[in-house]
Amino acid sequence: MIGLLHHLLIIPILAPLLIGALQLFLTERRGIRIACALGSVLVQAGAALTLLYLTTDAMPHMWTEGVGVYAIGSWPAPFGIVLVVDRLAALMLVLTSMVGLAALVYSLAYWDRVAPAFHSLFQFLLMGLNGAFLTGDLFNLFVFFEILLAASYGLLLHGSGVRRVKASLHYVAVNLVASFLFLIGVAMIYGMTGTLNMADLAGRIALLAPQDRALFEAGAAILGVAFLIKAAVWPLNFWLPEAYAAASSPIGAVFSLMTKVGVYAVLRIGTLLAAGSEQTSFIDVGLFYGGAATIGYAVIGMLGSYRLGRIVSLYVVSSTGLLFMALGLRIDALTAPVMLYLASSVLATGAFFMVNGLVQRTRTLQVREAADVGPLPDDTYIGFDIQQRTDPLSPRDEIGVAIPAAMAFLGLTFVCCVLLVAGLPPLSGFLAKFALLRTALGQTPGTGASWYTWAFCAAVIVTGVAAMIALTRVGMRLFWSVRGRTTPRLRIIEAAPAAFLILLCLALTAGAGPVMTYLESAAQSLHSPQVYIRVVNGTQQVAP
Amino acid sequence: MELVVALAIGVLTGSGVWLILRPRTFQVIMGLALISYGVNLFIFSMGRLVTDRPPIVGDLAIDPSAYADPVPQALILTAIVISFATTALFLVLLLAARGLTGTDHVDGKEPDA
Repeated sequence: MIGLLHHLLIIPILAPLLIGALQLFLTERRGIRIACALGSVLVQAGAALTLLYLTTDAMPHMWTEGVGVYAIGSWPAPFGIVLVVDRLAALMLVLTSMVGLAALVYSLAYWDRVAPAFHSLFQFLLMGLNGAFLTGDLFNLFVFFEILLAASYGLLLHGSGVRRVKASLHYVAVNLVASFLFLIGVAMIYGMTGTLNMADLAGRIALLAPQDRALFEAGAAILGVAFLIKAAVWPLNFWLPEAYAAASSPIGAVFSLMTKVGVYAVLRIGTLLAAGSEQTSFIDVGLFYGGAATIGYAVIGMLGSYRLGRIVSLYVVSSTGLLFMALGLRIDALTAPVMLYLASSVLATGAFFMVNGLVQRTRTLQVREAADVGPLPDDTYIGFDIQQRTDPLSPRDEIGVAIPAAMAFLGLTFVCCVLLVAGLPPLSGFLAKFALLRTALGQTPGTGASWYTWAFCAAVIVTGVAAMIALTRVGMRLFWSVRGRTTPRLRIIEAAPAAFLILLCLALTAGAGPVMTYLESAAQSLHSPQVYIRVVNGTQQVAP
Repeated sequence: MELVVALAIGVLTGSGVWLILRPRTFQVIMGLALISYGVNLFIFSMGRLVTDRPPIVGDLAIDPSAYADPVPQALILTAIVISFATTALFLVLLLAARGLTGTDHVDGKEPDA
């Protein structure tokens, strides 16, 4: 039993890989396709939740101190590629599977029929995300980044249309350049240290000759720039708002997780490199300024936009900025609230992108041009040989159970999302922001907080206020202006995923005590990476 | 040899950067291709430039310095496959953008003269 549990680490990568490949051949039978896709996501969710449970030291004889290692190919650690799960990775896996599940169910209402490759691309995107969170090897991280990006290129284009193609052109070009920077950084690090294993790397920094050190640091900096492009930090983020706003709503929900992969990578590599040497720090005050500039950009953008999709995309940018500002303060105690804020903002934006998709449907025919989600061009249907044409704005011909009181449901979910995004009580957005503020201000009792801390607190408040103003304005226009609006028909499989993500935020709020305990232990193990390094370097062959 | 490889990487990357900053999509894709060649050569040179040494260690291997580093070569192989695939995807996107917008400008519309 224990032997089998060791193999659990590979499940979040293997399940979407196999099902995604299988989906390529199941072109005719929609029922089987859906069953396979749902089964794969449920298996991933089960594996992620089990890993979360195992990293809480529930079985100390199996994994010491919440770090599990799986040697793919059974080669010992610095030579073979390893998968590593620790508490942060387990948290990210759970977030991925929850958002993935919600987005998949939502897409079954309409979006999965627009093009035949949807299910394969969706599974490959989840595989790339899971792999990026699990891998313990720098080049492997690049490969998983590319898998998730390649899938995201296809998914962003999903549904076609001029707007999506134009946004994709910028998105793909910027991310290709970021990938080249990633490769250059990895190559320089390998050239100087001779290893790609992250844990092994941390041990070798101290052994570097002084003349190699400058080159190594340059390599790490180039790698950092690549991560910051993925995480959309100003001035590397002008591609993001248009791309995310142009994506179809379930895809936007999964994309909200993708910027957080950059944050995860900075946190993971940064804490490991900090263990290797005191002088080099990946996480530096530069991140603070970058984060502040990002927030400035996002706040001005939010106040200036009138489209809901664009405001939510800019909120994704502002949450990244806030995370980097908090990391740039270099207060270890802030890491746990940072992770809570990350989890809360991912769930909130996921729900918000779905609500945005539903709200677009209240528009009547006359204003359809503005919605950018009108019926697809005929070429799309002919090209993919699709007989059944559907329209996302008025899916009258669909079979499915509609929910009663659609307008009330929309209004309620909208308000919940605004509360989450703006950080107002009683939902988890408030708790996360409160924890951030309290930890930042409580760090230096007596001496008073520094200039940086005050700037950070101001940024937390300002992002909330800006989101509040922008969303209130849009909300009044969407729900209170009667002209040009109709009551849409919402089906359960569209309404339930959005409600599910909001309920998860509610659960985060209700279970804040245990969640914070877990996150604090996660932060503690991040800031004492000696355990991680020791466990990875001590990997033995996996029992067959 | 170091000088030649360094010059090749520099020229390829420099031309590539200049090209991706140009306004036409075809120039951008050529720029991306050139940068990927430059990056692949760069990875290769990070395994140290040596001649006449095999990268495969035989059964009787004793002295590692008699062999070239095989890891960068494996990395390049992966990087080539990935950049080839993404460039092909970008090419499709380029043609779709040309068809849908009627222009090959990267912003999808001609700048106002």
